[in-house]
Amino acid sequence: MSMSGAHAKNPHLQHHFESMEQQYESGKLGMWLFLVTEILLFGGLFCAYAVYRANHPEVFHYAHQFLDPSLGGFNTIVLIVSSLTMAVAVRCAQLGQQKALVTSLALTLACAFLFLGVKYVEYQHKWKHGLLWGQKYQAQGHEAEAAPIMLPAAAAPAAPADPEASQLPRAAAQPQGTVLHDEVVGTGEHDAPAHDAAHGPEGEAPANAQLFFGIYFVMTGLHGVHVLAGIAVIFWLLIRAMRGEFGPDYFAPVDFTGLYWHVVDLVWIFLFPLLYLID
Amino acid sequence: MSSQTSTTAPVQENYLNCSHGFRSWFFTLDHKRIGVMYLASILTMFLIGGLMAVLIRTELLTSGQTVMSAQDYNKVFTLHGAIMIFLFIIPGIPAALGNFVLPMMLGAKDVALPKLNLASYHLYVVGAVICVLSVVLGGVDTGWTFYAPYSTTTNTAVTIITLGVFILGFSSVFTGLNFIVTMHRMRPAGMGWFKMPLFLWSLYATAVIQVLATPVLGITLVLLMVERLMGIGIFDPALGGDPVLYQHFFWFYSHPAVYIMILPAMGIISELVSVFSRKTIFGYRAIAYSSIAIAAFSFIVWGHHMFTSGQSELMNMIFSALTFSVSIPSAVKMFNWISTMYKGSIRLATPMLYALIFMFLFGIGGLTGLFLATLATDIHLHDTYFVVAHFHYVMFGGTVIAFLGGLHYWWPKMFGRMYNEKAGQIAAVIIGVGFNITFFTQFLMGSQGMPRRYYDYVDKFAIYHQISSIGSYIMAIGFFMVAIYLVQSLISGKKAPRNPWGSAALEWQSASPPVHHNFEGDVEVLDPYDYSAIAYDPASGDYVRVGSEVKA
Repeated sequence: MSMSGAHAKNPHLQHHFESMEQQYESGKLGMWLFLVTEILLFGGLFCAYAVYRANHPEVFHYAHQFLDPSLGGFNTIVLIVSSLTMAVAVRCAQLGQQKALVTSLALTLACAFLFLGVKYVEYQHKWKHGLLWGQKYQAQGHEAEAAPIMLPAAAAPAAPADPEASQLPRAAAQPQGTVLHDEVVGTGEHDAPAHDAAHGPEGEAPANAQLFFGIYFVMTGLHGVHVLAGIAVIFWLLIRAMRGEFGPDYFAPVDFTGLYWHVVDLVWIFLFPLLYLID
Repeated sequence: MSSQTSTTAPVQENYLNCSHGFRSWFFTLDHKRIGVMYLASILTMFLIGGLMAVLIRTELLTSGQTVMSAQDYNKVFTLHGAIMIFLFIIPGIPAALGNFVLPMMLGAKDVALPKLNLASYHLYVVGAVICVLSVVLGGVDTGWTFYAPYSTTTNTAVTIITLGVFILGFSSVFTGLNFIVTMHRMRPAGMGWFKMPLFLWSLYATAVIQVLATPVLGITLVLLMVERLMGIGIFDPALGGDPVLYQHFFWFYSHPAVYIMILPAMGIISELVSVFSRKTIFGYRAIAYSSIAIAAFSFIVWGHHMFTSGQSELMNMIFSALTFSVSIPSAVKMFNWISTMYKGSIRLATPMLYALIFMFLFGIGGLTGLFLATLATDIHLHDTYFVVAHFHYVMFGGTVIAFLGGLHYWWPKMFGRMYNEKAGQIAAVIIGVGFNITFFTQFLMGSQGMPRRYYDYVDKFAIYHQISSIGSYIMAIGFFMVAIYLVQSLISGKKAPRNPWGSAALEWQSASPPVHHNFEGDVEVLDPYDYSAIAYDPASGDYVRVGSEVKA
């Protein structure tokens, strides 16, 4: 038996498949299963979110006010647009519209970079003001002018109540990594008034506000890693598209990457309201 | 398929000798070679994990220090657990034996996604190297479960080993994903779902768990690493975190994971019992459905690991009841295997001996699980050697024994050589006896209150520990024998015929060892359990299709 007709006709058909259709269907099922694992990966984090929000509603209510919903909303639109351009790219690949395929992939990439750029601005703001996780978190209030623009000015005058405590950033005193728990307990007496005294943008800063930022950074961080991975794959698609590799006979990589990109978008669509738009 | 058929005449060309060199193996896309590489890797890990086990048992020969310090002992039992679980038993049957056999059972040339298959193996190697590296970098002393908050505060190499396990998780997901796609898309015309060999049903159920549970372990380990590196506080009570959440996350994966370990073992037993009884499998559909049922139940019983962790009483009762229900599909399989043997023409070859040992040991392991699922008794038995014994009866007496059965069963197909049958039988008996001496005593001392993982013990447990240790040495002798005669068979074993056991499943229609693309010509889809279609042919010393001539 020599190379069967199907294999001779299409160089993209792998030896163990009988037809392009079988190959395409296999790849597609594989991709969907992979996306199921992605959902479950994020599922663990959504579960952690639900547990901590149920246990500490006041933390979420207080801390979410440090996130800027207009930036988050802008990023949501950016990602939805990128999903649209990705879907257009898939269609162009199927129809063999070479130029439009390259353009829409490039637009998708541009949106992805724009999203990360906005994310960078947000992260930088939080980094500057100690709105971080665990030991790195610094209770807010003594530096209200540092809070996001959208916060009411009334947030300011907390510090005088206990200047010593509020000027003692929790993280600064303690080394990172091999943290002894006793230390936390030991400084707890100072911490507690610091928290109590530090007024948030609206209401008192509750204890354990760092939990929110821990979850915020892990969730958006993992999502950001997925955006980066998407950028790498779309970039690779762009190069192949410019070489003219895709067409009505072979468009599976564009199709499957599109599915992945939509899931990345979808995860963000859940992250945005859960983190930015609490009540 | 083209070149192979024409050049089979003088020196049989097969997948082992069709190309040479390190690259032709390490970068192969051939599922058979990947399976063989997996087999060599997991056996290496089994050797390392086994040596750790012998070290543990040697340390426990006497109370107080025998051969190592308490700190080293903690590291040794952690690595024994982590290596055996993540590097041997989870990839063991699916990735090694399954990889080799699955496409052949479907009459296919390869798995659906060969590159992903190779990626899975490469990730396994990377993960294994990182895990072993953690030994060099100070070891890990948390136990294989990495419970927070100890795992987030100990200064041993927890971050390294969790990174290794995280990578191994991807390897496992890729294997499972590949198997599901292969079974959906590559079945030949004429092979509906209920005409597949039962080993494939069990691999399918396993793959579903691998795909659905492993990502949760992945995110758990990511959180653990982030906790250690950045102090994120999610599992740290000092920062408002919840260490019991870690246990929930961990067991949401790791309880289904024990079914990743046992389901493919059950699949092997379904094949062995039928072939060596020369009788159609009894209750095909019941066995197939029970595999799926076990996979489904596996996701809703994880809370039984936290009966003493402060779960609410209601939760405990629900998880207890759900755990009991797992015994139903397990027992369905057991009864069907025994019914298959009833009035069968039983041949006590080495694989069948392992199948019988499996049924005996898995029966004990399964029934003692009920003691632990019962809330009242679990309060007494929790964290004692009773749990250790139960776990080893299921995982070792179940999975490892079935793995050995499958290894002996498919060995002639994989390497084209027979092993010494007598030696195989003797070794099987030695391993079976040694196993019971080692672990039955652990039931006894556990029920009297000997806690697991302890470095030291009171005098009344000395005799049990000593008997248990002697049993482990007997087992070690058995495994040593297996290693010797298997290596000997590779060098000077008798050439294996196509179908030495008389199975009707498709993989035996290939040459032993198979050609590069598995089959020389088109395969004929038969009922895998119809032994009336297969008869012994004394002229060739092989089983052949009834009515067909001996092939040249």
